[in-house]
Amino acid sequence: MIMIMATTTAGTTTMADDGRLRRLRRSIQLLGALAVVLVGATGWLILRPGGPLVDAQQGATVQIGAPFELVSHTGETFSDRDLAGKPYTVFFGFTHCPEVCPTTLWEMSSALDQLGDEAANMQVLFVTVDPERDTPQVLASYLQSFDDRIIGLTGTLEDVSAMASSYRAYWRKVPTDDGDYTMDHTASVYLMDANGDFFGTVAYEEPADARMGKLRRLIATGS
Amino acid sequence: MSKFVSFALGNSLSAIRMLAAAGALSLLATAQPAMAHDYKIAELKIDHPWSRETPQGAKVAAGYLKITNNGSEADRLVSVTGEISKRGEIHEMLVDDKGVMTMRPLADGLEIPAGGVVELKPSSYHVMFMDLTDSKKKGERFAGTLTFEKAGTVDVEFAVDAIGGASEHDHDHDHGDDHSGHDNHGG
Repeated sequence: MIMIMATTTAGTTTMADDGRLRRLRRSIQLLGALAVVLVGATGWLILRPGGPLVDAQQGATVQIGAPFELVSHTGETFSDRDLAGKPYTVFFGFTHCPEVCPTTLWEMSSALDQLGDEAANMQVLFVTVDPERDTPQVLASYLQSFDDRIIGLTGTLEDVSAMASSYRAYWRKVPTDDGDYTMDHTASVYLMDANGDFFGTVAYEEPADARMGKLRRLIATGS
Repeated sequence: MSKFVSFALGNSLSAIRMLAAAGALSLLATAQPAMAHDYKIAELKIDHPWSRETPQGAKVAAGYLKITNNGSEADRLVSVTGEISKRGEIHEMLVDDKGVMTMRPLADGLEIPAGGVVELKPSSYHVMFMDLTDSKKKGERFAGTLTFEKAGTVDVEFAVDAIGGASEHDHDHDHGDDHSGHDNHGG
């Protein structure tokens, strides 16, 4: 709703090109470019906890997240039932990732470290989009370098794809000239409240204080 | 450092500059995660090659550095090696407005314009060390080479920082207090 108003205002104004207007214009450019609901990361679309995600362009409601069943890094079945009543975060990545994935896991680890017992009811999930290489064993080894509360999830290509799709996450396998491949993927962390509803996202490189604020508000949904 | 020293001792003026630079470096050393170090080859100056610790079992690592071209001709970083891996590539990485991370090898290498500066840094260009055979801890270094199309090959050492090392530090530089800049990252 806020964004719709902003669009109307900017469409009729002849204000000088000051900083606010420029920011507004940038917002509108973004709005135009991002037909996808993931624009929620900006914070504008973080509606009331428990509310569905609304696409301001279409006025349509989009469900984020769905029941799933995957395999954890310890080799056990892990499903949405294990998250019942708990706020949780979801990050899609892969271990052959030189920067975004280790950095995000490191930042989540330091957040968990700062939160300590405050985060006792929160679950932090790292879902691989490269299940062909990221077996439970590979994830188990990788996660030893991070907070031991982080749960790695993998599974069949089909199951992992279904989960990523339900979060409207983008991922794509990109072959490289050397016969290898890399993965493009959504780099934001999804925040899901204690009811399993979309609560917001933390963007890659978002400042630590903003991230901590969001995590604390997320945790509050479960208490 | 030894290459830099031998280059600088070539004439006394450079030696004075080097002393000044060394003084500045020692001041910087307290502020930087790992002590800055630099190299020279032909008209290129290479500042502080660094890398990060890798998670256990990781097969890839990123490397970063800054290259200043003081010459009047463009050059091109065409290949990189590191003793911790079987292969090295030069990649461009970005996180777009939708929050999607993409990463591509630069098949033709990375141009260093005449009189220009190119920085390989988090969320931008990086060296990708692939098929790791070793992993180093924060505070350690590993040997590597940088090969330029015209200037040739220079031996360097990559200083290893923590897994998330220097990233928060970089944010402060890039964005200052204007947190609205992060809106661009989208989700």
